[in-house]
Amino acid sequence: MQSVSEASAVTHADAAVYPAVRVHDVSVTYRTTFERTPTFKNALVRLGRGERAIKEVHALQDVSFEVPHGATIGIIGANGAGKSTLMRTIAGILPPTKGRIEVHGRVSTLLALGVGFNSALSGRENVVLGGLAAGLNRKEVKERYEEIAAFAELGEFMDLPMRTYSSGMFSRLAFAVAVHMDPDILLIDEALSAGDAKFKQKAAAKMKELVGQAGTMFLVSHALGSVKEMCNDALWLHKGKIMVRGKPDDVIAAYNKFLKVGEDAFTLEDL
Amino acid sequence: MWVLAAFRLPLTRLRPGRMAPARSDGYARTRKGPTRMTATRLDEDFTSSVHVYEPHRAGLPRFAPYFKELWRRRQFASELSRATMHSANTDTVFGQLWLILNPLLLAAVYFVLVTILRSGSSGPEFFVHLVAGLFAYYYFSGAMQAGASSVVGGGRLLLNTSFPRMLLPLSAVRTAFFRFLPTLIVYFPIHLIMGQTVHWEMFAALYFLAALTVFATGMAMFFATLQVYFRDTTTFLPYFVRIWLYLSPVLWYPEDVPERFQSLMVLNPLYSMLGGWGDLLVRGDVPQLSLWVGAAVWAVLALVVGGLFFMSREREFAVRL
Repeated sequence: MQSVSEASAVTHADAAVYPAVRVHDVSVTYRTTFERTPTFKNALVRLGRGERAIKEVHALQDVSFEVPHGATIGIIGANGAGKSTLMRTIAGILPPTKGRIEVHGRVSTLLALGVGFNSALSGRENVVLGGLAAGLNRKEVKERYEEIAAFAELGEFMDLPMRTYSSGMFSRLAFAVAVHMDPDILLIDEALSAGDAKFKQKAAAKMKELVGQAGTMFLVSHALGSVKEMCNDALWLHKGKIMVRGKPDDVIAAYNKFLKVGEDAFTLEDL
Repeated sequence: MWVLAAFRLPLTRLRPGRMAPARSDGYARTRKGPTRMTATRLDEDFTSSVHVYEPHRAGLPRFAPYFKELWRRRQFASELSRATMHSANTDTVFGQLWLILNPLLLAAVYFVLVTILRSGSSGPEFFVHLVAGLFAYYYFSGAMQAGASSVVGGGRLLLNTSFPRMLLPLSAVRTAFFRFLPTLIVYFPIHLIMGQTVHWEMFAALYFLAALTVFATGMAMFFATLQVYFRDTTTFLPYFVRIWLYLSPVLWYPEDVPERFQSLMVLNPLYSMLGGWGDLLVRGDVPQLSLWVGAAVWAVLALVVGGLFFMSREREFAVRL
């Protein structure tokens, strides 16, 4: 088995002075409530019973890795492995509890389906708001707007409230916004599952184009085939820890084997 | 820490013979100039080219970059407020008419109520006082209530993008202000029709309006944070708002306060703000110094407490939504 540090030393030693992303010994622990909607009323009731509804989640534990510029890294793992948390931490949405993350480049995020849009507002308004929130100014948003609208192919739906959109239209627009922010680093989390086949091809072509321009891409996906096809680097997370980092084929083979054998019987020496 | 130390040197000194990767270098040049990639750039959150994320000891972000970024993205707050008003049809003629009619009808209801309670002794001046007070009070409660739901309501954007979260309550206050403006315009004809005189002192009422705005902003941030943890905060707020209305000099004049409660009135921030506002705008009376000081103190206090509470918690919002 190739350890993480070796992998980065061998493959990426000369890639760049700074890696695109350097994650150093990062742990993310957060406290969250297991109630669907936390209310003051429930808090009072629980207090009477002496219960607490706070749960500590160890989403990431001592994760370290580096990703060079121009890499496309696939991140795989079971549900709850910490993939989305890792994406959010790199995007600066969740602060790490421990450790340090350096990101060199503009980040654009496309996390979980439908996230990022206000469904009461029109597609156009959401595009503008998303761009402004990401730190562009009005002029820059305006410049990109036509491209985004053309890429998403929504036609007159752009001026309708987004609650009228189908889930495929939602994800098309989300993808179009994310890739047109001129990112150096693009974080994509499970976002392509809802588009139709034609759009998926178009999206894949666009992602290749971005990577071709020395952009870096993180792709979280359960579709191992697309990870194999798109990525030149892969990372397998399990319960908040890195299991294997390396070539997509090797990582996916290890992951598949793990799925077959089951957690108890699996040791990394089997590889 | 050696990493940080190394980055504090400008790029050229660090590795004279080597170039940073073409793409990010290009960005650095177009946006800020390559030589700016020094420690200060590195330590900033939210900036476009280099980010470092580390745990925050005290829970508060560094103020200088935070407010710089807040200012840089102010267009987002105004665009959000504009879009919100658009979706609520506030920007149409009838939408604006409703904004005026609603408090005006309420003023009529209260006028009848208070006239009966006082056995018919209130005149046109009192009606004008009521209208001025209700318009301002509606502005305040609108800003506070919209602010309270701004973070939870904006949750989807919050989960996808990293930006100073304070933009959300600020945007809500801006929306409330633009909903208040038409009522302010309508106030003046009412003032004249009811036979009140115009005085220079009316301009000084803007001081109390400003204090009210700052105070509302602080309260909006405070309740926005609370709403993330307790989703029924906005359910309780209307009762709170109603009681506060009765405790404030809207249905009565500031000098109507019984002697034994007089000293307690400083504890109500709206007593000084709405009291000063009504005195100056309606009657042209210059209020006593305690109202001027009280309004400023409460406004600043609410802004600081609400702002710090919000900022210390805003990093946790993403996991709580």
